[in-house]
Amino acid sequence: MELITQAGLDFYREIREKSGQPIELCYQCQKCAAGCIANEYADYYPNEIIRLVQLGQKEKVLQCKSIWICSSCETCGARCPNGINTRAINDALKEKAIAENLVKDNKVYLFHRQFLNSVLLNGRVHEPTMLALYKLKSKDLWSDLDFGLKLFTKGKMPLLPHRVKNRRAIKEIFNQSQNQ
Amino acid sequence: MKLSYYPGCSLESSSKEYNMSARAACQALDVELIELKDWACCGATSAHSVNHTLSITLPAKNIALAQELDADLTTPCAACYNVLKKTDYTLRHDEEMRTKTEQITGFKYTGQVNILSLLEAVATKVGAKAIAAKVKKPLQGLNAACYYGCLLVRPPEVTQFDDREHPQSLDQIVNALGAKAIPWAYKTDCCGASLSLTSAEIVQKMVGRLVNAAQEAGANAIVTACPMCQSNLEMRRPKGAAGMPVFYFTELIGLALDLPDANRWLKLHLLDPLPLLQSLSLAR
Repeated sequence: MELITQAGLDFYREIREKSGQPIELCYQCQKCAAGCIANEYADYYPNEIIRLVQLGQKEKVLQCKSIWICSSCETCGARCPNGINTRAINDALKEKAIAENLVKDNKVYLFHRQFLNSVLLNGRVHEPTMLALYKLKSKDLWSDLDFGLKLFTKGKMPLLPHRVKNRRAIKEIFNQSQNQ
Repeated sequence: MKLSYYPGCSLESSSKEYNMSARAACQALDVELIELKDWACCGATSAHSVNHTLSITLPAKNIALAQELDADLTTPCAACYNVLKKTDYTLRHDEEMRTKTEQITGFKYTGQVNILSLLEAVATKVGAKAIAAKVKKPLQGLNAACYYGCLLVRPPEVTQFDDREHPQSLDQIVNALGAKAIPWAYKTDCCGASLSLTSAEIVQKMVGRLVNAAQEAGANAIVTACPMCQSNLEMRRPKGAAGMPVFYFTELIGLALDLPDANRWLKLHLLDPLPLLQSLSLAR
């Protein structure tokens, strides 16, 4: 009986290398799951994510909700008896899912893109435009309008961005990091 | 004492009272802050979620600026701190990544600059004793739940600061200011962080849990050292939860040291802390 296909094994090795985590050491003690605050909103527990990677279940794990609902609080990794940082595995999985074009209709990814676009454009995040663009593109323009207005009247939403002078250097960092 | 200073993007807008109070508190505690010239965003959660290389190269640019100033680097923002510290850890331990980062950003990493959260800088370089000696108006009656969140204490091998499950540094500062740090069990539970915009209803539940726990433990206020925690605790407070205010620890230092601008910072909060402070005769 074949437990794992060659493609599955390659996937496991790739995520192990990308995340730098000793994924093979997980023995399913579930300490990560016991401390995970996102459990009730996720489709897999952290230990299940690791098991899916161990078994090369690429499609399942790259299309799951859990990797995006993880807030990167790192409680799982801090408590793992085998020193596995699940946040780093989730990051590697997200990066892989993006590369394989498997992320669709995902608000978290949309937010990250707006955030990084703002950094690319200004060198720093300009919260008002970043938030407005995110709200517009997620078709959820009205939900936080009251907070936005309150922040604005308190002078906490500056209209003009504080831009970095050497934006060319920032652009270069983005370009070169993307090619890695 | 001189430290290079990285405020971070949110301290220029939605959390500007943290920037204002951090600068004033440090000045009063004889900590000189020199802002990094032309600093750039650290990339935050977004960079490490979508591109690992970018999550190291972007913050590395700021470490390069601190190297030029030849002074340890501090930042009040727990998220920026976490990213900068992780980058420093990676550059220190991962030769391949260090070489790649040096190529991309064009600087030579020396490892001479230590990265400190502002909480760590105040706790270790100033200390609770020295703070207590400067207190003019003890914050009597303020029962504070000290909320550290995730990013100051995890991952522990990187942050190397305080206890990962039961940290004490903020409690000691709060007690030194004449307030009472109350024991509670949610010091390092997550507030939901950047999910606040994408999944507000989840963050509301997480925030509700924290506020209820603080109330049950007998707190009348929460104290943080993180702009993301502070704004989530204010903006995502579920209906029906206690209305207790959420302070930055630097604001409490300002109040206890009777710094003149304290009221200006507090007025910027979305959840007005003045009624509580006035009821305790701690603010005008």
